[in-house]
Amino acid sequence: MIRAVDGVSLTIDRGEFVALLGQSGSGKSTLLNLLAGLDRPTSGSVVVQGRDLAKMSSEELAGYRRNDVGMVFQAFHLIPSMTITDNVELPMRFAEVDRAERAQRVRQALERVGLGHRLEHRPAELSGGEQQRVSIARALVNRPSLLLADEPTGNLDSHTGEDILNLVRDLSLSLGMTVVMVTHERALAERYAQRLVFLADGKVTSVTRANPRQELAENFESTTRTNPEAGVAGTEEARA
Amino acid sequence: MKGYDMLELAVRNLRQSKLRNGLTTVGISVGVASLVAMLSLGVGLQQLATRRLAGSGMFDTVFVTSKQDFRGMDRGSDEKDEHPEKAPFLDEAARNKMAHLQYVTEVEPEIRVMGEILYGGQTHFGFVTGLPMSARENEAFDNLQGKFFSRSDADEVILLNDFAKELEPKDPKSLIGKEVTLRYGEHQPLAADAENSGRMGDAADQGSASSNGDDYGFSVVRKTQQLKVVGIVDEEPYGGMRTVSRGRIFLPVDLTEKLNMAQFGDMRSPLRGSGKTFMTLTVRVKDPAKVAQVQDAIKQMGFRTFSVLDATKGLRRFFTVLDLFLGIFGSLALAVATLAIINTLVMAVLERRREIGVMKAIGASDSDVKRLFFAEAGAMGFFGGVLGIALGFAIGKAINLGTGIYLHNHQLPAEPVWILPPWLIGAAIAFSILVSLLAGLYPASRAARLDPVQTLKYE
Repeated sequence: MIRAVDGVSLTIDRGEFVALLGQSGSGKSTLLNLLAGLDRPTSGSVVVQGRDLAKMSSEELAGYRRNDVGMVFQAFHLIPSMTITDNVELPMRFAEVDRAERAQRVRQALERVGLGHRLEHRPAELSGGEQQRVSIARALVNRPSLLLADEPTGNLDSHTGEDILNLVRDLSLSLGMTVVMVTHERALAERYAQRLVFLADGKVTSVTRANPRQELAENFESTTRTNPEAGVAGTEEARA
Repeated sequence: MKGYDMLELAVRNLRQSKLRNGLTTVGISVGVASLVAMLSLGVGLQQLATRRLAGSGMFDTVFVTSKQDFRGMDRGSDEKDEHPEKAPFLDEAARNKMAHLQYVTEVEPEIRVMGEILYGGQTHFGFVTGLPMSARENEAFDNLQGKFFSRSDADEVILLNDFAKELEPKDPKSLIGKEVTLRYGEHQPLAADAENSGRMGDAADQGSASSNGDDYGFSVVRKTQQLKVVGIVDEEPYGGMRTVSRGRIFLPVDLTEKLNMAQFGDMRSPLRGSGKTFMTLTVRVKDPAKVAQVQDAIKQMGFRTFSVLDATKGLRRFFTVLDLFLGIFGSLALAVATLAIINTLVMAVLERRREIGVMKAIGASDSDVKRLFFAEAGAMGFFGGVLGIALGFAIGKAINLGTGIYLHNHQLPAEPVWILPPWLIGAAIAFSILVSLLAGLYPASRAARLDPVQTLKYE
């Protein structure tokens, strides 16, 4: 048995921006999938807002992913055959949001990520940065409290990557959303995350406080402090 | 996910691989078309047979006789008539009773008397037959020249074509609209009875008129009646049942009764002193399916009945077997189409692994994914069904056209052998959807079982 994540004990505050760092195979993506409810721990628990994901049925986990989690991927994972609008609308179909409200929320989400045009284009017709913005809009549209990003800048050039992370941080602050981001780019993580969690061989090796740009943090200090209770807490062991 | 969203997504997905899904849908439609073509051929043949038989006027008819007459006729039958001498007479009262049974439309006596038509200074002998108004539906009147009787007691006559040729060899049709004179024998009560009743009574009075003493009997008096020729037919209606002699002169049945024509069977009345009785009564039933019921009711009254019901039973069994056979044959193509659906959807699951993983990651449940593939299968089934109906319709039209040309070449009237009833349209589409859903079971559960982590792992 290979333990992808083993003996990890980690608590994440509500509204916090945490980066998970480590080499490939360190278990950072598995930890993210555990938080997303895509993977289940063989033992231990993943408690999000007081609910233990390890004890949920697959139907309940789907509901959790639908309503509480937004996911952003390195490869964007937009559905190529759908237009931008349809892609962003898709999570609301699963959440059974009313048709009339959906159109409005799609527009809002796309405006939030700075995309107000080319809405009827297919993902392939957009640049990488634009595609990632669409995928962030898709992650936001069901108003989750937790945004999980798996190497969101991995397929982008450094300038675009910074734009995307600025956007993620702004959203986190303005919407009070907890962000957990997997990355292997330490420099970027230090600039945007409030806390860096280093993993190796499925174990947490160190946790450091980073110094995100002070001026922004101060602006939104009140937001981040409104919920001092633990937003995400977990102890996991998982097989890969 | 809501049903409407599901269908919308399913149709959108189907349109992504137009060629592949289109071909599969065409495959389903060929299956549905063959099924529909076969089954509606069965329906058409059945209706054709039923129509032919109904046209012969035998399948909605019960022939009633008294057990007093034709004794010993029931040899070989299961029911023995223990005391035929006690059986009731087939008289006016019995006729009225039968006419009031449920589902009975008409009770008519069989009237068949000798008569002569006087026309152009010549006399022409022929059997006179009384026809009820319902005879209009008989297939013999499909090729009626002129018109049918205007009323059931009109002074009108329809002639058999052969007889009309005898009257007017060059142009039998010219008889239509002309007046002819019928000479016949009238049944008159004895003079004593006539005095008693004051007037030579009509049929209904006969029974009571001759009920006193031993002086039973009647006179046959030569009479004439002016009639207008309204039509000419090629065949005698209900002629299939006739063994004695063909009728050639047809009068409305109520007119024949009003004229009180003397019949062969009248001979029996003075012998047994029973008043007027009928040799046979023909009971017509509203619906061939009710014949058995009516027949039983009449048997209860103590009469002997005959219908060709047993023949229809055998016929119905034959068509059930034929339909089954045609259905199985037609289903083969649909079974092949089912494999095509499974193949197409399994391919789609493989191709859309990533997409399925993404949907699950953003909140689709396993059952959402399963239902989405079900919806795709069902949509293919629906479109295949609709297309198949259209195709089957075209095939059926071709069959009808082909048989029509064949029949025409053999100097027979064209008749549709292929009929698509509305229930079959609905049933075929429903069946197509059902079969497609069954075919979607495996691919859909396979899609639902996909592990999102695995599908999203590699780029």
